[in-house]
Amino acid sequence: MTALLAILCIALITVIVVQIGRVTELASKIRGEEEVQAKTNRAQANYSLLFLIVFLLATIISAGYYKDSMLWYGPHEAASEHGGLLDYMFNITLFFTGVVFVITQIALFYFAYKYQGKKGGKAEFISHNNKLEVIWTAIPAVVMTFLVIGGLDAWNEVMADVSPDEEVIEIEATGYQFAWHLRYPGADGKLGARDYRLTTSTNPLGQDWKDEKNIDDFHPSEIVLPVGQKVRVRILARDVLHNFYLPHFRVKMDAVPGMPTHFVFTPKLTTEEYRQNLGVLGSDGLPKYPEWHEPVDPADPDSPKRYEDFNYELACAELCGTGHYAMRRIVRIVSEEEYKQWLSEQQSYYMSSIRNTEDDPWTDKLFDVEIQQRTQEFNDKLEQALSSANEADKVIELEHVSFKTNSAELTALSRYQLDNLVAAMNNNAGLSIDIMGHTDNTGEPEYNLELSEQRAQSVYSYVTGKGIDASRLTATGYGETRPVATNDTEEGREQNRRVEFKIAQQG
Amino acid sequence: MANVTTAPAVHEDDLLIEEYGYDDHFHEHHHGDKYQSNFVTTYIFSQDHKMIAKQFLITGIFWAIIGAAMSLIFRLQLGFPEENMAWLKPLLGKWITVNDAGIGSLAPEFYYALVTMHGTILVFFVLTAGLSGTFSNLLIPLQIGARDMASPFLNMLSYWFFFLAGIIMFFSLFLNTGPFSGGWTAYPPLSALPQASSGSGAGMTMWIVSLVFFVVSVLLGGINYITTVLNLRTKGMTMWRMPLTIWSFFVTAILGLLSFPVLASAFFLVMCDRGLGTSFFLSEIFIGGQALDHVGGSPILYQHLFWFLGHPEVYIIILPAMGLVSEVLSVHSRKPIFGYKAMVYSIMAIGFLSFIVWAHHMFMSGVNPFISNFFVIFTLIIAVPSAVKVFNWITTVYGGNVRFNSASLYAIGFVSMFISGGLTGIFLGNSAIDIQLHDTYFVVAHFHIVMGVAAFFGMFAGIYNWYPKMFGRFMNETLGKLHFWGTMIGAYAVFWPMHYLGMAGVPRRYYRFDSFEAFGQFVEMNQFITIAAIVTFGFQMIFVINFFYSIWRGKKQTTRNPWKATTLEWTTPIRPGHGNWEGKIPTVQRWAYDYGKDGKEFIPQIQPIGEDESPEAH
Repeated sequence: MTALLAILCIALITVIVVQIGRVTELASKIRGEEEVQAKTNRAQANYSLLFLIVFLLATIISAGYYKDSMLWYGPHEAASEHGGLLDYMFNITLFFTGVVFVITQIALFYFAYKYQGKKGGKAEFISHNNKLEVIWTAIPAVVMTFLVIGGLDAWNEVMADVSPDEEVIEIEATGYQFAWHLRYPGADGKLGARDYRLTTSTNPLGQDWKDEKNIDDFHPSEIVLPVGQKVRVRILARDVLHNFYLPHFRVKMDAVPGMPTHFVFTPKLTTEEYRQNLGVLGSDGLPKYPEWHEPVDPADPDSPKRYEDFNYELACAELCGTGHYAMRRIVRIVSEEEYKQWLSEQQSYYMSSIRNTEDDPWTDKLFDVEIQQRTQEFNDKLEQALSSANEADKVIELEHVSFKTNSAELTALSRYQLDNLVAAMNNNAGLSIDIMGHTDNTGEPEYNLELSEQRAQSVYSYVTGKGIDASRLTATGYGETRPVATNDTEEGREQNRRVEFKIAQQG
Repeated sequence: MANVTTAPAVHEDDLLIEEYGYDDHFHEHHHGDKYQSNFVTTYIFSQDHKMIAKQFLITGIFWAIIGAAMSLIFRLQLGFPEENMAWLKPLLGKWITVNDAGIGSLAPEFYYALVTMHGTILVFFVLTAGLSGTFSNLLIPLQIGARDMASPFLNMLSYWFFFLAGIIMFFSLFLNTGPFSGGWTAYPPLSALPQASSGSGAGMTMWIVSLVFFVVSVLLGGINYITTVLNLRTKGMTMWRMPLTIWSFFVTAILGLLSFPVLASAFFLVMCDRGLGTSFFLSEIFIGGQALDHVGGSPILYQHLFWFLGHPEVYIIILPAMGLVSEVLSVHSRKPIFGYKAMVYSIMAIGFLSFIVWAHHMFMSGVNPFISNFFVIFTLIIAVPSAVKVFNWITTVYGGNVRFNSASLYAIGFVSMFISGGLTGIFLGNSAIDIQLHDTYFVVAHFHIVMGVAAFFGMFAGIYNWYPKMFGRFMNETLGKLHFWGTMIGAYAVFWPMHYLGMAGVPRRYYRFDSFEAFGQFVEMNQFITIAAIVTFGFQMIFVINFFYSIWRGKKQTTRNPWKATTLEWTTPIRPGHGNWEGKIPTVQRWAYDYGKDGKEFIPQIQPIGEDESPEAH
């Protein structure tokens, strides 16, 4: 039924259109073609002039209306140091083209109006004018030269890569369907090597964990950068083309699979400063840009105002598939101190997701950061035990100290924790301890007792071997007699297999 | 005066042709029987250039309606993303997903397919085949005084390869996985990997096969146009006496012949990457949970090959429009085109420069920024010949006795559009500014105005002007003017606001804008653009009705030369048969623009220079 109605409507409109056409054709038959043409010329020439006026007014008024939402104008100053240069080039081009636009549009429609055909009117025979043509070839050539020189000057400055000795923060953005994966270099300031063949669900960037530069790299969910420091973004793609686009910073560069690109820029305004620009009050005390003072949630007038909620954004600007329109990440520009604070809170991706999994090539090695971390933990525990009055708190488990299976031989990595113990004994001359070995309940109790004895003895030997006086420590094995957890589960048995020491005496 | 209202037994032009014309013994061979003896050879597998022109035109109109309708559907999505689109389900089927509340929405996959198809169809099928194919075919033989194209058979093949390309593309719209959706530029890896997007499977295969046939069509047509212009000009028709239409078709054909094979090579390499496991454009890709074997290729290489065609392509589109507009403006201003030689040289300069500017589409693609310096310089040099053309068109109107009709209005509208769209090219061609504007709506506004709308305006000017030559009838003038003003205002209303979107940084090819705070604040503007697009589309329907109604019922052409033009096509009979001229072919005695010379309103090209006439003007 609807379809039928639609078809009827179309048919009706067609008939009306055709009839409108025929009426005027009949008129021209009655009045004579020349007469009608002269009348048409008058009417159309008037329409042309009217169009010109309305068109020019519309362009000016609409530009004024939208000015404040355009990135070059209103509160939307470029947030990067190079951005101003590009904005300047834009505006200088806008000036020249604007002048040409107005003059040529006026000339075109005004001439059409003025030289409308009149009955018996004659056109002038002007076929060419070399002088005029030279002039209007030369003028655009000169203006273009000016714009080209300005543009290329800016271009080469903006696109220049950093020199090797320059201090720069290098970060990495990898586009994939359909998000950006970000990577920071961590404390060493260097991004580790990648190989796309290594990519898995747990290694989204294909980082080569054998490259130690990867160990401290972290993967934040947003870009955070300090204001005023040069940043080099390494841009990559994992699957198809993407484009790293930071509109507020005038940054844009394709992400190409197999060919890393880069963009160097220096953030100029912090997020907070940009918010203040948006929320600024005019001299009359009223918001200069009222639209930014509206609540974020129109239904809730108490929600934050839009300018307070503003954030810089990272987008994709190269068609990459169905999710192309939603590859958003937030960009925060902060002060130097806030940046340092943020950096210190970030955890290395390797440490949080790869360490001691089957993908970890470094299970036989401890990294400095881990050694330091363990020392810190050990010292904290010791400190706590020393300061506690409770006898039960004086027992400290020697975590990370382990032995080969069914053997009292210490594993290679155990020494780091034992060194912590040695250092503690050296630092506290009055400290003496009892080392205690334990096992779980698998196997013969006699064997377990002997093994725990030997293991305690191994620790004893290691510590005394480091020059600690033997009188300051004892070693005892307790076998399976003192479990700290159930022996029914593997986790529990694992907790029960342990070496600990008790503070016997403290300075 | 060449036309007389009371038609004499023998037309004045025929007397001139009989006296000065050249007898090529054409009609002694009875070609008419061989070429146009039955329905099939007359209307379907015709080898007559005029019929082939009409075939190109009507096929072009078909595709223009489809391409424009697609844009309306994706404009609805952009303007009214929350509105219920369930009513489109009968048409789009599974691409409209209806949620539990009964609200239908357009699937993003299909949004991107529509955007891709809109671009492909409009650029290749409408503005290349429909524009250059129509008017090169119609006007080259008629305006240079030839019986037909150099090879009518190749000419026929050119249309049928285009038709075949169209059939394949049309069928791809109905694929279960959807038509190709990776953008009309078809950048790999997106276009090369079926796992990257559902449209990159069978949709891409059909897209690429279709366009390879299309390239064949363009090459067959182009080689014919060039040969015809070089070899079949009638006696006296020196190159410098050719109308600007012919100059522009000639240069256009050369551009096509040099650039389309490069596109074909890019497509072959993509096919190899898709089907044969080569790595021309693929390197180090992890997709669908799997690392691919391809290493060492470069997606940038494809972009170089593509834009080596792609940039000349925009001039392949706009040059014929420029030629048509030059001719129409001159005829209806009753004045010679201003600076004929400058116009020819600027066509040549634009044609030449179009081959050394391609990488301005790739400033932000990761090519070495140093290389961009050269492309910036060459790109902005194009502004100079373009400016010369604009000034010359305006000066052509200056001092004229302008006859306002649909054709001349569209010619004037073309100049306005070309100015507006051309000027924004100066921003984009300057790489420093392009950093921000690249792939934003500023680009969309720029190319739609300068090569979309402007080329359409040139095409409309040509259709209204040469409609009598094609069908022996006129299109209705009132509807034509209504169509013009609706389109003029509508097109600006659609595309002008997009500059502001671009200046706010809004990227193109977004399915919706509210995923970003920076892009989501133009809801009303997007609604306005969508409504303007629908209204403008409605005005195009007036044209379509007018066009087809007038074929059978339009006002009959009663005089040979209704526009009082100087060029040869108006010296043929009102409905020219195969071979165009009944007796001898006319010879040419002067250039094509003697309007208002020595106080005469116009002097046809076939008229010898009188003894007391002032010397040739250019």
